[in-house]
Amino acid sequence: MATWKELHTPARPEELSGLTSGDRVSLSGVVYTARDVAHQRLVARLEAGQPLPFDLENQALFYVGPSPTPPGKIIGSCGPTTSSRLDVYTPALLAKGLKIMIGKGPRSPQVVAAIRRYQAAYLVATGGAAALLAQCVKEAALVAYPDLGPEAIYRLEVERMPLIVAVDPQGRDLFAQDNPSNK
Amino acid sequence: MRELDVGLITEAVARLCVEACCELSADVRTLLEKARTEEESELGCFVLDQVLANLEVAAREQLPICQDTGICVVFLEIGQDLHLTGGDLTAAVNAGVRRGYQEGYLRKSVLSPLTRVNTMDNTPAVIHTRIVPGEHLKITVAPKGAGSENMSRLMMLKPADGVAGVKRFVLETVTAAGGCACPPLIVGVGIGGTMEKAALLAKEALIRPAGTYHPDPAVAALEKELLVLINQTGIGPQGLGGKVTALAVQIETYPTHIAALPVAVNLQCHVARHRSVIL
Repeated sequence: MATWKELHTPARPEELSGLTSGDRVSLSGVVYTARDVAHQRLVARLEAGQPLPFDLENQALFYVGPSPTPPGKIIGSCGPTTSSRLDVYTPALLAKGLKIMIGKGPRSPQVVAAIRRYQAAYLVATGGAAALLAQCVKEAALVAYPDLGPEAIYRLEVERMPLIVAVDPQGRDLFAQDNPSNK
Repeated sequence: MRELDVGLITEAVARLCVEACCELSADVRTLLEKARTEEESELGCFVLDQVLANLEVAAREQLPICQDTGICVVFLEIGQDLHLTGGDLTAAVNAGVRRGYQEGYLRKSVLSPLTRVNTMDNTPAVIHTRIVPGEHLKITVAPKGAGSENMSRLMMLKPADGVAGVKRFVLETVTAAGGCACPPLIVGVGIGGTMEKAALLAKEALIRPAGTYHPDPAVAALEKELLVLINQTGIGPQGLGGKVTALAVQIETYPTHIAALPVAVNLQCHVARHRSVIL
């Protein structure tokens, strides 16, 4: 295990299907930021049959609320937040085409099952390594919900973001007790 | 009686907020470097390499180490012979937090607990004051992130649970937190007093220089034993498996009631921020 694999967004099926939990990946492309309230609003729109502010098909969500952007910088520090708080919203977004999620910590059995059903992947970034991860961000643009401040949805162009595959498209979960690469 | 203008407190708090969030103090950094040499799991080493590289980038770029720059916990040790002039002490501390979080481009994460409306300037701080002998003021600023705070717990044990019960509760808390509290952790434990005293002791344990032991040899022995037990869980850096789940266990104790054994466990992620100054 643990060779670096390249991963691009929008997600490519041939790259996704080659992932195994425990792999280290280097991700490049577009990711959309979203945390608690943004998730709540996206799912509320889906339930009301309204369009989303961006197309989720084959896209990646990064669970992050960055610190404010200092002058002359692209973005402030931006490390992952705890993914399990978003578990309740995730299956609905996977059903809508979401393919990659980036956060930290374990997911619920329901989310792991949905990842398997929709052939998606859950990746973890190092919690607290937020200044380092900010260096991977080459562009940042507001997409929706500016009233949420750090919780607004941003479109980030990232290069070579260092991540670990926590749940692969086969549903193998790095955080599960029976995963041999966990100990 | 010595006089101190509260404006100086505002300035000090503002500076400490920025320093604490952008540069990890040497005590914690030293423990992280030691952890890297001890860790054997491949993913654990990957995580610790990133954690250490992140400290360099944060200091160089003057960016927060972690985007969660916390709710600001401020400890004030006020000399009883000191006279504070020029305004309200609490307002002065909050003015410092406001200025530090604004000028330092730190995230404003504080809001009303029920309406969830953000105060937009990271105030109010959580302020703990203690009156001590002397004529100086010691300020410690410890911004606390929610990831690890959310996994902290308090339990009113029965006296019959004893030291074994304390150990069990600490281990259960660390295990339940798993990767969510961003290990490697510093584990602050408060034992004794009353419910609120135990919680405060656990927080005070976290602002002790990281890696120092309690002066009472029996308590220090318990700190060392718990650290070994926690690192045998295999939770590892970020919960991805490994030897280093905690960097240190730090305990504070206080006498309690004959019928009581309060224990609080305050978990601290590896971004263990605390900065002090004496005015």
